[in-house]
Amino acid sequence: MTAMAATPMPKQGGFRAIRFLRRLFLHPGAMVGTVVFAVLVLAAILAPAIAPYDWNETDAGPRLSAPSAEHLFGTDLHGRDVFSRVIAGGRYSISLGIATVLMSLMLGSLIGVFLGFTGGKIDAWGCRFLDVLLGFPAIVLAIMIVSVMGVGLVNVVIAVAIAGVPRFARVVRGAVLVLREQLYVEAARALGASDARIMRRHLLPNVASTLVVLGTLDLGNAILSTATLSFLGLGAQPPTPEWGTMLSGGREFMRYAPWTMIFPGMALFLIVMSVNLVGDRLSQVLDPKAKDRR
Amino acid sequence: MGYFGRRILGVIPVIMVTWTLVFVVLQIIPGDPVNLMLAGVPASEEVRARERERLGLNKPVVERYFSFLARAAQGDLGDSFRSRRPVTDMIAEQMWPTIELALGGLAVGLSLGIVLGVLAGIRPNGWVDSSCMALAMVGVSLPSFWIGMMLIYVFGTVLMWVPITGRGFDALVLPSITVGLFIAGGFARLVRSSIVEAMGQDYVRTARAKGLPRRKVVLKHALRNALIPPVTLLGIQFALLIGGAVVTENVFARPGLGTMLVDAVLTKDMPLVQALIVYKTAAYVVINAAIDIVYGIIDPRVRMAQNS
Repeated sequence: MTAMAATPMPKQGGFRAIRFLRRLFLHPGAMVGTVVFAVLVLAAILAPAIAPYDWNETDAGPRLSAPSAEHLFGTDLHGRDVFSRVIAGGRYSISLGIATVLMSLMLGSLIGVFLGFTGGKIDAWGCRFLDVLLGFPAIVLAIMIVSVMGVGLVNVVIAVAIAGVPRFARVVRGAVLVLREQLYVEAARALGASDARIMRRHLLPNVASTLVVLGTLDLGNAILSTATLSFLGLGAQPPTPEWGTMLSGGREFMRYAPWTMIFPGMALFLIVMSVNLVGDRLSQVLDPKAKDRR
Repeated sequence: MGYFGRRILGVIPVIMVTWTLVFVVLQIIPGDPVNLMLAGVPASEEVRARERERLGLNKPVVERYFSFLARAAQGDLGDSFRSRRPVTDMIAEQMWPTIELALGGLAVGLSLGIVLGVLAGIRPNGWVDSSCMALAMVGVSLPSFWIGMMLIYVFGTVLMWVPITGRGFDALVLPSITVGLFIAGGFARLVRSSIVEAMGQDYVRTARAKGLPRRKVVLKHALRNALIPPVTLLGIQFALLIGGAVVTENVFARPGLGTMLVDAVLTKDMPLVQALIVYKTAAYVVINAAIDIVYGIIDPRVRMAQNS
């Protein structure tokens, strides 16, 4: 990870950016991932236009009817069209995941840069604390946070984000430990730059590539965790067409109407898989140690 | 004092920090434990006050914190608010189903992960490698609750090969696969990269130059040396699983420490939450210390470094 931090992101525009993108996407896994992700995101955005039925409309068809030409993925207990609900579900699951990652990324990198740059006792104690939190299953930590703040979508995002902070903080701190010994940091200090300026202008931009990789790799996790909390009844509440909530609703009828749980789960799996494929490739391309891999 | 003894003593400060953290969080969680216990059953203020006194909730926060520490030092972690039984007994009861699932999940995850990782690693960048790594990616991307439900539907409801609920070996198969699939992905990736690295080492070249059969080179020379990173992951996974697999327990309606902790948090059963956290943290650190000893068995170089 530290080696990764030393490679700066390719400059915007010009030949390097194109070469970078070519390396990134001319890979079967990354290509499949990108296409699947794009399709699911587009479907979610265009849901009002392409969904054959209103996703909250009850009795759009007979209750719990099997997949057919009218209802591609069948209908649920209330006669709602499962296909429309799965498409609309992306709006929740994907945006919740992205919001979660952005939040833990921001908090984590602030803490990481601060600890790594300050060093000494504060760093040592801070790391101890982070290690304790890391030893905690993220989902249990998130459940505890939800129970403090109460059930709901926003709270689930905050909970999963906080549970993810230690991971980001730890990696960023490690990267900063290497970076702060660099000549340009010394030069900035010699020129009279304040600590805050060094952190903001010199350290943060240099951990950016690490953060991009880490953020992408974490997005799949974040989507899964928020959906899991909704599945456990702590996040989105029915009738919200969130995939985790739909799965928990379909659970009771899976004997008679398995389609109510197969399709939302499939969508969840596909989005997580596509994000993981892209994240995996991104870390290979940005990590100089992994150059031997195609 | 030996290396292991020092590692075990190192657990104490970690538990102290964790416990203090949990204590603070539980103070912030809104809701009165007594009201939560009554769950809407009407009770006079007098009864509530008496109950609060019995649970020691009327004492100042600082006093409660230290009185717990004093009792915990003597091995008494208190009684559950709800069941009024010693929390250590309650944890002991749920321990076995949890360990069962942890071992089952690890067995599935480890065997699948090692097979995929070794197959991928001995001929990197070929089609076998790509397919194995694609499978590993599927494993880490599958939502546990979904794959659990799918397994129940296919093998329990449609094919009726295994019972869906209950205890015993048969009922352990599907939950173990659910946990194992998730773990296998991580193992496979780690084993692959370790094997790729080990295969490039001088001793593997020497072994091949000696004319040893390929199978022997891979299994005896490369795999053994490639085991250290996966063993670390094994320790972490086992430590996490021993705390309970919340989602899998929920889907298969199995008893276990994961479900117990979630219930305890939601009903604000403070003694139980605290005891579970102490147990989980201790298990985490002890297992990791044990893993360090396993390193020494796998790799004598580590043993020498530990002793010096």
